[in-house]
Amino acid sequence: MNINATLIAQAIMFALFVWFCMKFVWPPIMDALAARQKQIADGLAAADRGKHELELAAKKANQELNAAKEKASDIIAQADKRASEIVEEAKGNAKVEGDRIITGAKAEIEQEVNRAKEGLRQQVSALAVAGAEKILRKEIDAKAHADMLKTIANEL
Amino acid sequence: MASESITSSEYIKHHLQNLTCTLQEGHFHCAHSAAEAKEMGFWALNVDTLVMSFLTGVIFLFFFYRAARKASTGVPSGLVNFVEWVIEFIDNSVRGSFTGRNPLVAPLALTIFAWIWLINLMDLVPIDFVGQLIALYDPHMYWKLVPSTDPNATFGLSLSVFVLVVYYSIKMKGPGGFFAELAYQPFGKFAAPINLFLEGVSLLSKPVSLSLRLFGNMYAGEMIFILIALMGGAWATASVGSATLFGSQILLSLGWAIFHILIITLQAFIFMTLTIVYLDMAHQEHH
Repeated sequence: MNINATLIAQAIMFALFVWFCMKFVWPPIMDALAARQKQIADGLAAADRGKHELELAAKKANQELNAAKEKASDIIAQADKRASEIVEEAKGNAKVEGDRIITGAKAEIEQEVNRAKEGLRQQVSALAVAGAEKILRKEIDAKAHADMLKTIANEL
Repeated sequence: MASESITSSEYIKHHLQNLTCTLQEGHFHCAHSAAEAKEMGFWALNVDTLVMSFLTGVIFLFFFYRAARKASTGVPSGLVNFVEWVIEFIDNSVRGSFTGRNPLVAPLALTIFAWIWLINLMDLVPIDFVGQLIALYDPHMYWKLVPSTDPNATFGLSLSVFVLVVYYSIKMKGPGGFFAELAYQPFGKFAAPINLFLEGVSLLSKPVSLSLRLFGNMYAGEMIFILIALMGGAWATASVGSATLFGSQILLSLGWAIFHILIITLQAFIFMTLTIVYLDMAHQEHH
């Protein structure tokens, strides 16, 4: 147990080991640790961001859904309104058309009536003439009284 | 195990003697006795201390360098994970105790902790394993396995730390500031000689206490291992007594070895922490 040059050799060895450690061991490992720490922090931040974005998206989807529902109900209401309008319009149209048809029918009926009246008139006049002819066969000349009969027929 | 040809005292002395070698008359010569080693004076080397220190240091740097090469931001493998764990532990210790900014301190602390730990770990190798192997080669050759039981090794470390402490004290505070720190406190400027004496003692006690604490603990631990190993020396004779001693040796060396796991770690940690604290004090102006 003498103190000798071992001490110096040991100190030199120590210095070399520390130098090596300081140069080749400590910095790369610390760098790797720092880089990994940063990566993990980034990952966590990204996860947080993702979560936040998910929340935002859910909120937005909800909003969109609500808006769509509102719009749909608007459209339905509008459609309802429009339908009743159409029905009203159709009712109006039908009424007008019906009136027109009724008017036309009435006119036709009148025409028919007139035509029937005309026919009847002629037939009555013919019948009257025939009757009168039979009565007056002997005394009345049909030809001589034709004008008079015509005037009567027209008056009928 | 002590062979029958040597006494207990010789056995202990053999285990406590370093392999001291020097250049004599142009060729490398190793001492065969403690007296011969003493005669060699200062310019001799304890080859066993240096070889074991070198091997442990290289093992430490080899594994840590490999881990440093492989370290990435991905999932760390077993070795890298272990090394990162150690480095984070050291980094936390340095951050906790060292307030200045110096890129040297953390690698220094790591080297001290890991290297001293590995050196101390040699204490757990059963004390006669390597000794007997060496004896196969040369029965007169000493081989002390634990460099930290050699004061040369511990003083080599602590004096290096001391040099760093003085260097950084002067660099940070200037020569005047460093002198002022030694001379103008604790009793003020007019008691400078007393202050200088007190602070000088406290400054010089740093490397001495640092190395002697490590040396003393490891030396005492090694001594107890030797004494435990001696107990079994009696088992050459087959009797109840020697069987008991043999059993006691096994149990005691097991117990002491388990306890020693704590001690070697603690001593490495204390050496590292005190180094960090001393360097922190060197970087700080405390007035």
